[in-house]
Amino acid sequence: MNIYQDIILDHYHHPHNQGKINKADQHIEVNNPLCGDKIEMTVNFEKNKIREIKFQGEGCVISNASASMLTDYVKGRSKQELKKLDSKFIIKMLGINLGVNRIKCALLSLEALQKLLV
Amino acid sequence: MIDIKTIKKQFPIFQNQPDLIYLDSTATSLKPKIVIDKLKEYYEKYPANIFRGIYPMSEKATTEFEETRRIVSEFINANKPEEIIFTRNTTESINLLAYSLGRKIIESGDEIATTIMEHHSNFVPWQVLASEVGATFKIVDINDEGYLKINWNEVITKKTKILTLTHISNVLGTINPVKKIITEAKKINPKIIVIVDAAQAVPHLKIDVKDLGADFIVFSSHKMLGPTGVGILWGKEQLLKEMYPFMYGGDMISEVYIDKTTFKDPPHKFEAGTPAIGEVIGFKEAIKFLNKIGMDKVREHEKQLTAYCFKTLKKEFGEKIRFYGPADIEDRGGVITFSFDKFHPHDIAQILADQGICVRAGHHCAMPLHTRLCVPATVRASFYIYNDKEDVEKFVEGLKKVQKILL
Repeated sequence: MNIYQDIILDHYHHPHNQGKINKADQHIEVNNPLCGDKIEMTVNFEKNKIREIKFQGEGCVISNASASMLTDYVKGRSKQELKKLDSKFIIKMLGINLGVNRIKCALLSLEALQKLLV
Repeated sequence: MIDIKTIKKQFPIFQNQPDLIYLDSTATSLKPKIVIDKLKEYYEKYPANIFRGIYPMSEKATTEFEETRRIVSEFINANKPEEIIFTRNTTESINLLAYSLGRKIIESGDEIATTIMEHHSNFVPWQVLASEVGATFKIVDINDEGYLKINWNEVITKKTKILTLTHISNVLGTINPVKKIITEAKKINPKIIVIVDAAQAVPHLKIDVKDLGADFIVFSSHKMLGPTGVGILWGKEQLLKEMYPFMYGGDMISEVYIDKTTFKDPPHKFEAGTPAIGEVIGFKEAIKFLNKIGMDKVREHEKQLTAYCFKTLKKEFGEKIRFYGPADIEDRGGVITFSFDKFHPHDIAQILADQGICVRAGHHCAMPLHTRLCVPATVRASFYIYNDKEDVEKFVEGLKKVQKILL
């Protein structure tokens, strides 16, 4: 199956939650030196839940789409719930088959999220 | 002219994948049937260890193995087969030099010089060695066209014990004027030892080590139609004799006593343990294959194809495509590295892959160079004797599809 599905490309061309929260509770930057991808993520919590989240950075279609979809998903959810998210969740969320070499592109935003939740 | 159709027929991969467009020979080359057959011959007819058995199978394997050494030595015009050391790959050849030569001669305050366009395998071992012993690690920069900025008087001093540099950049394609560089370096410091990373050169150009004037050259079988698992280190006999052994163990010793061990002469001093016997034996068939075509013709073919690819890409995509490395085809190998619009190299390579086109995306094991170029990653297409204009045309069509999907 082609990984460049319409929904993926739509998130790539029109990413959701892109940018930076000025007064963020937490801020993190992660990168993958192998391909030069970078994601900066900022978040505001309300009690134990994510109220607002934004990301920006450089990356391929998969890493951008993954960040866009993941930031949509996490809003309003609790830290405990989100800490359980794993690579299987990301693959299911994207709905495409990623080979061993591309899966790391999809997981960069999850890495950022997990570091924000610590 | 090379008849590509006839050549393609001799590579079984094209029967298995008739639509394959393989543009990643810089990473590794495809293998002709005669090489695969030779591997099979060893494993099926005389799969014995070498140098040990008195029985005929072992003698046959030993003879075949040593025959490759002779053919390699003739291929690069070495003085004698004993100057050819078999390793696992180019990386191991360089690490061998860093350990066995570097740790013998480099002391605190000495200098090791290299260039910014090196593959990590010719960068990191020297960087680590320099930091371990307190030597200075000097790096020659490039200019915007991708040529080395050769101010050798500033780089080479009497303290520079080793200069190690690539003959052809695996990213920029730049063919460095190695012979001239060696002459200049040795004029400033006659004692300097020069190592040439010829992994991208020996498969594509006629290399004559006597003419080149280097002290050591390193390359790999798998990038020149041969099997994986075989690297080559060529060195001047006297220097090889003076170096420390690399690994200790079987086959490399002369006599072992409770309190001391004596070692064999090169090349065996550096070939501890059972090597990749079948692969070394198969390698000579690759050299014979290249010899039959003629290295001058290989070079000419790649030059024409590279020029055609440049022309076609420029015509089709104009300013949207940015090339790295020299524009003059005389100064570059069959490597085209580029950025395309705002598209990420991984997406470009992936969409090409979906169309059966194999290119490489990333930093190609040359992070210092990519940092210098101010890009995290690039796309690279490279050519060899089985590529033709049709491959270039399909590659261009593939890039049009990238535009269609991502724009």
